[in-house]
Amino acid sequence: MKTSASPLKWLASREGLYYLALALLLVVILPLALDPFRLNMVGKYLTYAFVAVGLVMCWGKAGILSLGQGVFFGLGGYCMAMFLKLEASTPEATAIQSTPGIPDFMDWNQLTELPWFWEPFHSFAFTLIALIGVPVLLALIIGLAMFTRRVGGVYFAIITQAIAAILTILIIGQQGYTGGVNGITDLQTLMGWDIRTDEAKTLLYFVCVGLLFLCLFTARFVQNRKLGRILVAMNAQEMRVRFSGYDVAAFKIFVFCLAAAFAGVGGALFTLIVGFMSPSFIGIVASIEMVIFCALGGRLSLLGAVYGALLVNAAKSGFSESLPELWPFLMGALFIGVVLAFPNGLAGLYQTYVMPLEARLFRRRTPTPPAAPATGRKDDGKPFDPMIDHFSPEKS
Amino acid sequence: MFDGYTTSELLSIFAMQGFAGLSLFSVFVLMALGLAIIFGQMGVINMAHGEFMILGAYTTYLTSNLFQSYLPSLFSGYFFVAMLLAFVVCAALGALIEWAMIRHLYRRPLDTLLATWGLSLIMQQAYRSIFGAREVGVELPEWMMGAIQVTDLVELPINGLFVMIIALAIALGVYLLMYRSGWGRKVRAVVQNRPMAEAVGINSAGVDRATFALGCGIAGIAGAAFTMIGSTGPSSGQAYIVDTFLVVVFGGAQSLIGTIVSAFSISQAQSTMEFFMSGSMAKVLTLLVVVGILMLRPEGLMALKVRR
Repeated sequence: MKTSASPLKWLASREGLYYLALALLLVVILPLALDPFRLNMVGKYLTYAFVAVGLVMCWGKAGILSLGQGVFFGLGGYCMAMFLKLEASTPEATAIQSTPGIPDFMDWNQLTELPWFWEPFHSFAFTLIALIGVPVLLALIIGLAMFTRRVGGVYFAIITQAIAAILTILIIGQQGYTGGVNGITDLQTLMGWDIRTDEAKTLLYFVCVGLLFLCLFTARFVQNRKLGRILVAMNAQEMRVRFSGYDVAAFKIFVFCLAAAFAGVGGALFTLIVGFMSPSFIGIVASIEMVIFCALGGRLSLLGAVYGALLVNAAKSGFSESLPELWPFLMGALFIGVVLAFPNGLAGLYQTYVMPLEARLFRRRTPTPPAAPATGRKDDGKPFDPMIDHFSPEKS
Repeated sequence: MFDGYTTSELLSIFAMQGFAGLSLFSVFVLMALGLAIIFGQMGVINMAHGEFMILGAYTTYLTSNLFQSYLPSLFSGYFFVAMLLAFVVCAALGALIEWAMIRHLYRRPLDTLLATWGLSLIMQQAYRSIFGAREVGVELPEWMMGAIQVTDLVELPINGLFVMIIALAIALGVYLLMYRSGWGRKVRAVVQNRPMAEAVGINSAGVDRATFALGCGIAGIAGAAFTMIGSTGPSSGQAYIVDTFLVVVFGGAQSLIGTIVSAFSISQAQSTMEFFMSGSMAKVLTLLVVVGILMLRPEGLMALKVRR
């Protein structure tokens, strides 16, 4: 996967064609095929793709499984929601409240003035910085505390999950400051622009697609640099990378913060597209579901993560509409299947089954699939099998 | 937060909340024991552990209904039968799951986490389809109702006391099994050095399966005990799973004493703080402190002293 000199040449390459196909699907086919309501739903699914792309970098490449990505998604979303809520709560619009000018749920909870941490969210510029900055700052703190002490693997997963639990309980418990279990609802305008109309929703969809591609290219940029190779190497043989003189913790913190930033952007877009934010999108269950988006797409494939997020969410809303009892069974089976049967997800299946077909159709030489990094793990005494996950770190 | 309370009042508040926290402690210990065995000895994260516990609870519920309809004369003793049944049912399912799923994933601990999460979703929905979404409760036998009056202020409900005794008895049993029996020696040998254990003739696959089944069986007993102090719903298990994992990790993954100490301190901290602030804030604070300590001391309270 080397970067070609000219962008045009890259677009004609195999990888470029995959990106083009995704762009075609998201920019042309779906907007033409779907009515604004369904397109808005797709926009919602795409906001999860941001998280999934972050997870590919964090979990797939670097081997750090975070079960708390919902936290960062939620923080980004809440930052945006706080800005929108303040804009919606002008003194005129809230004149019937006992304290006009503060969000309605604060008034219901007998708050008489805006809490200090809400104040900066009057500014859109601050909000834009915060929706990336707050998740990244939290990720930095967690990363600094854990990775410099060489905590990883399962422990890291459990602690991030606990953090997701803490944030959810906190938000639900502090109803007056956060809107509680209902979340922050009734968001209307962004800088005077009504976000509830069909035109606005369609525009937001395209903004979402644009930003998603920005994220994909950022991730691809990181992945193709030396930085990306070190991440993969670290996953396979952490000790060797450390003994080669690299600061393993710094790389881990970086990739964790990157994933948090992606998730934060996704969360902010989620708030804009869906029109509200609530703790149910950030808790333990929501966070672990985000992992399945990434796992289904293929934990090593950036584009796969986008398809994974789209497919799982589309299936989820499809089944919730028609057969709600069946969905948890399917979701459970998906978790088990993705681990036991096809650990490289859709991307892996594509590589194994579609690519040879493609090659025969176009009479090209079978392309060598991107070489899987050798793990150098000799202790299991088994030959390298691409269908077995050799990428998860082995911690004991 | 202590303003406006005299010392004696504070003491009795601590005593009262302390006793209230004991039932949480019992649930933590019972659940964490099974988890600690599976996680500490095998390195497997069993996210479906809560659902195994609920399986035990539903087994107890069915047993109590059976006794009520067919053997009303023996009703007072049904709980012991139910406990045994819960253990057997959960251990059997655990062995089956180990055979079908877990044994393929021993070298991939993060993947066991995802796979068992999937299992937990399936089990939860199965309970919802079979038993309905509403919570069910069992009828307590007569001797378990009522309370023992200790002082004027403090009284101990018998069912809570009974559950605590079970928790401690099982903890003792696990200790004896792990550290005083031949089988436990095999388990510990496999944990410490699998190839060497195999070389001296220990069937390590068999040990794995038995360990996993034992952990699940204890979860079943936990479920049986759980019915004595609360009602059972399809997702009751999930409510405890994160807390219990924290208990296990906080205590130090391979230490039974550590697990009990951490279960005690977390449950006591939570229930004492609940008196002074809302339940949710008490929980947030407790979890924050635990996570904070774990960040500073990742090996937990009682770390196994091994040279790494």
